[in-house]
Amino acid sequence: MITRRLLEAPDGRGWIFLGLLAAAAIVVPCLNVFVPPSSPFHISTTTVALWGKYLCFALLALSLDLVWGYCGILSLGHGAFFALGGYAMGMYLMRQIGTRGGYAHPVLPDFMMFLNWKELPWYWYGFNYFPYAALMIVLVPGVLAFVFGWFAFRSRVTGVYLSIITQALTFALMLGFFRNDFGFGGNNGLTDFYDLLGFSVRAPETRAVLFALSAVALGLGYLIAQAVVRSKAGKVLIAIRDEESRTRFLGYKVENYKTYVFTLSACMAGVAGALYVPQVGIINPSEFAPANSIEIVIWVAVGGRGTLIGAAIGAILVNYAKSTFTIGMLAPYWLFVLGALFVLVTIFLPRGVLGLLPRRGAGNNVPSPIAPEARLRRDVGEGQDGGDGRTSKVGVPPTPNPSPRHVEDMPSASGGGESAPRLRQGPATQPAE
Amino acid sequence: MTAAVARPRETTRSLLYLNGVTVSFDGFKALSNLSLEIAPGEMRAIIGPNGAGKTTMMDVVTGKTRPDAGEVLFDNGAVDLTTKDEAAIAELGIGRKFQKPTVFDNHTVEDNILLALKGDRKVRKNLFWRPNGDAERIGEILDTIGLAYHRQRLAGALSHGQKQWLEVGMLIAQDPKLLLVDEPVAGMTDAETETTAELLKDIAKDHTVIVVEHDMEFVRLLGVKVTVLHEGSVLAEGSIDEVSANERVVEVYLGR
Repeated sequence: MITRRLLEAPDGRGWIFLGLLAAAAIVVPCLNVFVPPSSPFHISTTTVALWGKYLCFALLALSLDLVWGYCGILSLGHGAFFALGGYAMGMYLMRQIGTRGGYAHPVLPDFMMFLNWKELPWYWYGFNYFPYAALMIVLVPGVLAFVFGWFAFRSRVTGVYLSIITQALTFALMLGFFRNDFGFGGNNGLTDFYDLLGFSVRAPETRAVLFALSAVALGLGYLIAQAVVRSKAGKVLIAIRDEESRTRFLGYKVENYKTYVFTLSACMAGVAGALYVPQVGIINPSEFAPANSIEIVIWVAVGGRGTLIGAAIGAILVNYAKSTFTIGMLAPYWLFVLGALFVLVTIFLPRGVLGLLPRRGAGNNVPSPIAPEARLRRDVGEGQDGGDGRTSKVGVPPTPNPSPRHVEDMPSASGGGESAPRLRQGPATQPAE
Repeated sequence: MTAAVARPRETTRSLLYLNGVTVSFDGFKALSNLSLEIAPGEMRAIIGPNGAGKTTMMDVVTGKTRPDAGEVLFDNGAVDLTTKDEAAIAELGIGRKFQKPTVFDNHTVEDNILLALKGDRKVRKNLFWRPNGDAERIGEILDTIGLAYHRQRLAGALSHGQKQWLEVGMLIAQDPKLLLVDEPVAGMTDAETETTAELLKDIAKDHTVIVVEHDMEFVRLLGVKVTVLHEGSVLAEGSIDEVSANERVVEVYLGR
């Protein structure tokens, strides 16, 4: 039943996205592994690893878009969930090193030997088993998000205040993970990995498979997120984003919806982090840096907030630009470019890159064609068609005698202005009399 | 709030019972010792000048504001509303229409009604929700409020009057025991006002309704019992003709 729900969620554009992902998951690894390097069709292992990293970032952006684009929760700490998933994977990879480490201790990782630790801390137990580590990859970010959400959303912390707390959350974790006695390798983090499930993480074949797995994870993440936003619960999320107070008065427990979607999103971010670590070969506390989390928001904004696919595309575009820019003489200016990109996109492309394409789902909002007379009859007594007042704002001139064509235009045209989700400071408060 | 603890249940025949409710904001008493009873099936108009406490009273009943003192009981005194939050109160069967039309602009008219329809509000239920007979019920409601032609339009594209009606439709969809309607005709033309009065009278046939207004003419159209609020407590009660003949009411409305 769940499979069916997942498969009926994507629309046309969604299937194109999934098709491209599937193609990439098959073609790219094949061109890397089976095509000899001399061939012009060969894709180098470096490129595969780089694009695998982009796919992980895309999944991370998708998870942020789920909470920000659809529920209005502007998390500036999503990097924390990504890093926690990454650390869980890193711990598994550390335990796989065994006697190949510098100190050749069968159990203790090098950094613990260096700190003169005698035995493994309890929270490292079990990480030598992959299923346990896989569980923790989802569970640790999920539980943190649940506990955080439980307190924050129940206390009705919203808007800027919530964003600041999420930022503080990731900053606090960064400070913690930087400490040597925290037990996660301090400054250096976890690195020098050898094996993942018995396969060498440095082998091109493993890299190719990890790339394919990242594409699959992104596709699955998209299917799940899309199924959530297309369900009735997804409609409730959008209602919360736009009019939180009204949703409460309809009887919806807003805090439960927020906690649910925030937790789901954190789990997805954790998976993204876990796939990222073996591909880049290191996880360290800088992943918790607040600036990283803010960058994720920019990816989503660039791609198009509240579109899911846009978030993924934005992450890939911005990171591709980053990789290109940060080599060579332009490197010192990257942050300026990023900042300018954010400002320009916010001003000129409020719906992101995806907003450049014809509006998806316009068909959903097109009303059944109504005879102009019938419509006019309905509008008698309204004085003016108030709907036109809004439409004219986004450039469609009000027409006193609307033709059916105009009627069709209105929802999409006004939707163009309206559906670009706005940053809201919670619902407008009713003035106390 | 303290008095409510010792109170025996089922002591009142009223659907809504407010006794000695006081709310102050930074020393300003928005409600001062307000007492009010609404019988089941009744339609009541509450009027008063700006700042009389009309909206605050609604905030107290719907759980948005906690009173400093007094009791707020629902359903023959069975439920103490001061202990519940907004969602729980909505689930008990109290619906509210806001002063400013508040609909979900990015949802279609149909989805606005769908979200309001009586049903399970839990996350899991709504994740795996499937339409079953809702479409017909939504159609009926849209016919009642005259928005059937706009079913697939985004609510944000509706006119001000249409949004007001859509919100009334959402209240009908909730099928609450008690409807609180805050200034339903603010900003409406005369013709829209009349239509709205008819609509509310229609709803009042099988619901208990409280309408807050300061437009005397609209209240006259409704033709129901009127409570006049002034400075946070009840100034007068009776038919519209009685209260408009009341000297104190005239004084309050026309200024001293």
